[in-house]
Amino acid sequence: MSHPRSVVQPLWHDDGVSDPPANADARRTPLLHRHVAAGARIVSFAGWEMPVQYAGIREEHLAVRRTCGMFDVSHMGQVETAGPGATALLQRLLSNDVEAIPVGGAQYSVLCREDGGVLDDLFTYRLAADRYLTVTNAANHERDFAWFADHAEGFDATVEDTLERYAMIAVQGPLAREIVQAMADAPLPARFTVAQRVLAGRPVLVCGTGYTGEDGVELLCAPDDAGPLWDALAARGAAPCGLAARDTLRLEACYHLYGNDLSTQRNPIEAGLGWCVKEATGFIGADAVAAVRDAGPRQRLVPVTLSGPGIPRQGNPIVGGGEVTSGTLSPCLDIGIGLAYVPAARATPGSELQIDVRGKIRPAVVAQRPLYRKESDG
Amino acid sequence: MADASYPEELLYHPEHDWVRIDGDVATFGITWYAQDALGEVVFFDPPDVGTTVTKDGSYAEVESVKAVSDVIAPLSGEIVEVNVALADKPEAINEDPYGAGWMVKVRLSDVSEKDALLAHGAYTATLT
Repeated sequence: MSHPRSVVQPLWHDDGVSDPPANADARRTPLLHRHVAAGARIVSFAGWEMPVQYAGIREEHLAVRRTCGMFDVSHMGQVETAGPGATALLQRLLSNDVEAIPVGGAQYSVLCREDGGVLDDLFTYRLAADRYLTVTNAANHERDFAWFADHAEGFDATVEDTLERYAMIAVQGPLAREIVQAMADAPLPARFTVAQRVLAGRPVLVCGTGYTGEDGVELLCAPDDAGPLWDALAARGAAPCGLAARDTLRLEACYHLYGNDLSTQRNPIEAGLGWCVKEATGFIGADAVAAVRDAGPRQRLVPVTLSGPGIPRQGNPIVGGGEVTSGTLSPCLDIGIGLAYVPAARATPGSELQIDVRGKIRPAVVAQRPLYRKESDG
Repeated sequence: MADASYPEELLYHPEHDWVRIDGDVATFGITWYAQDALGEVVFFDPPDVGTTVTKDGSYAEVESVKAVSDVIAPLSGEIVEVNVALADKPEAINEDPYGAGWMVKVRLSDVSEKDALLAHGAYTATLT
């Protein structure tokens, strides 16, 4: 067997864990030593040493679908925007209508360049009338923060890099809320809302969001509190899960992964994110995005399923134009699934495609999103 | 998943493939180390019977959730049988890499090529 081909997953390298880090620049979450002690396989991801799997990807994936799993996502960054002009600044930066977020609310948006290219996709939480917390992707955090800071001039607002202030744990699955609620001093915030709570005696910002297609919460806490919280969650039955299961779960739910399905070379309309783009707010890139919306995009990002054996992978060409940007074997559906940019004329569900998987032409079909829907959603 | 094991009666290729030779026909598979490095195998794409394989060349692909790997032929010859059961049960490669997880049987074109392979001790010494 040769080593896994780097073209398939360029960000993931098996390099184990050493103490001190073999790479002096490697970043570590406060939970790393717990992951190692639990037997997790550690990889480098966006400059962080992260657990890619514990018991096994399939087992972790199914724990989230059936009971409850938890993920160390402390590599994700945060930017706090505060002050009387915070709303106006974010309205200028983010694609969605920031003014429409109620205090205690959460909203998804993208960050665009002038040409409409996507710099990142983000959740923003309105903590107070004039105070917001925006969660960034690890690989984009420094660029995002610089973008925020560079555009803050002229606004009565401060922009602060708060990555070091928070550890982050995602607790996801049908039992996630029950498990976290049993540790909490007050009712948990509903989906797409946020509230400060005390969990197991520690202050935690509880967010009703996630990246798995299941109900659950994301917990932001002080780095020193992350270990005890992780242990308390484990004791109540939350299964530790790695980045690999996080990826298969989000792909079944058809959530975008920046760097795969989104990039500065793609605009939010072709990525299928027109719903979170409100050009009327005048955000940076609004004109470019409006032009694409009016003219119709050349390609569209769609979920695809293979009709026979095989697994589509990032970079596989679509015969006739387009390419796969994410692909895996779906642990729930047991077929090859993916997200792919295809010519707009062939983007309707049911359209038949052929995917060139390393020289083998494999028939596929454009599917409805999400690829996996939990039963309670009908 | 089974514990680490490397049967003494097999021959090994440094790319973590094993060979069981029976006359002029050999059975190929990947070692415990290879399946562990790969993680849960979810797809094995076998070659066609009749295909010629060349020592040190790739003859098939094996896929885990996260990765695709080429499978290297430890010896040269013509494929006379493939393990069709792996289509429905690729996890056999993890669970029983030297038994139910075998991949192909090959009629060897040059049995003496085996002299270049590693015996049990020499192979396991490469893993430390």
